[in-house]
Amino acid sequence: MSVLLVAEHDNKTLKEATAKAATAALKIGSPVDILVAGSGAKAVADAAAKIAGIGKVLLADDAQYANQLAEPMAALILELAGKYDAIVTSASASGKNYMPRVAATLDVPQISEIVSVDGPDTFTRPIYAGNAMMQVQAPGGAKKVITVRTTAFKAAEMTGSASVETIGAAKNPGISEFVKEELSKSERPELASAKIVISGGRGMQSGENFHLLDKIADRLKAAVGASRAAVDAGFVPNEYQVGQTGKVVAPELYIAVGISGAIQHLAGMKDSKVIVAINKDEEAPIFQVADYGLVADLFKAIPELDEELKKQGYG
Amino acid sequence: MKVLVPIKRVVDYNVKIRVKADQTGIDLANVKMSMNPFDEIAVEEAVRLKEKGAATEIVAISIGPQECQETIRTALAMGADRGILVKAAHDVEPLAVAKILAAIAKAESPQLVILGKQAIDDDSNQTGQMLAALLGWPQGTFASKVVLEGGKAEVTREVDGGLQTVKLNLPAIVTTDLRLNEPRYASLPNIMKAKKKPIDQKEPGDYGVDAAPRLKVLKVTEPPKRKAGVKVKTVQELVDKLKNEAGVI
Ligand SMILES: Cc1cc2nc3c(=O)[nH]c(=O)nc-3n(C[C@H](O)[C@H](O)[C@H](O)COP(=O)(O)OP(=O)(O)OC[C@H]3O[C@@H](n4cnc5c(N)ncnc54)[C@H](O)[C@@H]3O)c2cc1C
Repeated sequence: MSVLLVAEHDNKTLKEATAKAATAALKIGSPVDILVAGSGAKAVADAAAKIAGIGKVLLADDAQYANQLAEPMAALILELAGKYDAIVTSASASGKNYMPRVAATLDVPQISEIVSVDGPDTFTRPIYAGNAMMQVQAPGGAKKVITVRTTAFKAAEMTGSASVETIGAAKNPGISEFVKEELSKSERPELASAKIVISGGRGMQSGENFHLLDKIADRLKAAVGASRAAVDAGFVPNEYQVGQTGKVVAPELYIAVGISGAIQHLAGMKDSKVIVAINKDEEAPIFQVADYGLVADLFKAIPELDEELKKQGYG
Repeated sequence: MKVLVPIKRVVDYNVKIRVKADQTGIDLANVKMSMNPFDEIAVEEAVRLKEKGAATEIVAISIGPQECQETIRTALAMGADRGILVKAAHDVEPLAVAKILAAIAKAESPQLVILGKQAIDDDSNQTGQMLAALLGWPQGTFASKVVLEGGKAEVTREVDGGLQTVKLNLPAIVTTDLRLNEPRYASLPNIMKAKKKPIDQKEPGDYGVDAAPRLKVLKVTEPPKRKAGVKVKTVQELVDKLKNEAGVI
């Protein structure tokens, strides 16, 4: 069964999510070809060619793919779809955006956010904010369209040397145009791939207080995240949100500060290896999933944590 | 300008769901049901467009069991003008929902269809995009701002790295994210008025759609549970455990 894996990138670098989605794709079938659709994205294609076990990389380099707009992306994928039995991408904001367009045009159901490949046509995916796991079987004979929850898969090795083939752009449907992007710039690791994440909730009280977490993040080379309540209150921008309807993370260490632990938040972090909760309410549900809980006022505990880490030589 | 707002009846977001012992699904007996929260945001956005004079009529559509009528009534009480209930006995997959909605859109000729970005039960995040594909319309998903101007929709979207703004030809599809607006509560007089607003009753067959599921659900199970951990007394103890016991820093 041949698979087309659509790469996730920012035209400059390939996201680690693609190496993880490749692991899922290789479990579904082979060969796995990778599509890099971007603008000035040759370096991305070269990086994708290193993913071990893949067939070849297809590079569609055209201005219309610069911002991954759903309409031109879907048109391109559909042009290639005929040759493949399955089309796969990571369940990122852009994959979630264009992939159902592909599925509907092919008249097949999409299987969203799979966390395991149980057989060539059988997959498991979380439903109800991860409070239940559903195993589904795709219809026989039909193409499979799948998005992958990348936290559930290990990244493929980067030891390959596939060839890169340049392909032409598809006809742009011409019904949408890019206006602008306001992306946060940060020296810190990305939330989705960071080994350590420290998140703040409503208990942080203000955006300014998030600097307390920034300090810890700098010492531990961690990413900073947040609960919905903290984003809604305007403490931090939307891309910080961890949860059912935000980002799903599964770092080695997740530190929840002033977060109560609503199921919608847990959905985004409960697969972390080690969870720490710092909350002044000992009844807070977050403690039910925390490996280490500290019942304390964060405004006392976080500066102390900063001191202690400094003393121990972090950062 | 007509706006369609498809809405889904789901288990209320505050309910802790239970997986059925026979692994066939979720136990829905005596469980509180509500409008999918993202769909409330969609209804609110449509009502605000009407209040601004940009929209003239709002049609709320729900696909599912007869009880979805209550969900439509909620939308009517918030300010939608009329409803369409498409009755289906079983779970209808996003693709079939999109096909029914596409047929309704062709009959109703709206300039905008506003949907929630995902339903909090199946967490699929597909229907709006699929509808856009079937109609050949552009899509502004995960919207945190929608501006209609010069026959186009300018949609600001919540993406992984921040915000992206796109300009779409009309007619278009918009799917809502959490920060688009804060939905209103319906007032008592509006709830009373909503009782008189018309709701059409239809079936998938009326639109030539076969709503039978295409995916076979093999089983639904509980996720693995995390073991409860320990409480530490001090920050020093916490750092020590993270370093020497868990080895994660
Ligand atoms: C459709 C929908 C989607 C949602 N999606 C998400 C999502 O993706 N992600 C998400 O996070 N939420 C999501 N939510 C919201 C979720 O239900 C909760 O409302 C939210 O997670 C609560 O955030 P919080 O824990 O920061 O705030 P709260 O629940 O208010 O908790 C604040 C916590 O801080 C503690 N605290 C306060 N002051 C201090 C102090 N000085 N020191 C120590 N502790 C302190 C309190 O004890 C409390 O436990 C969603 C909700 C809906 C309806």
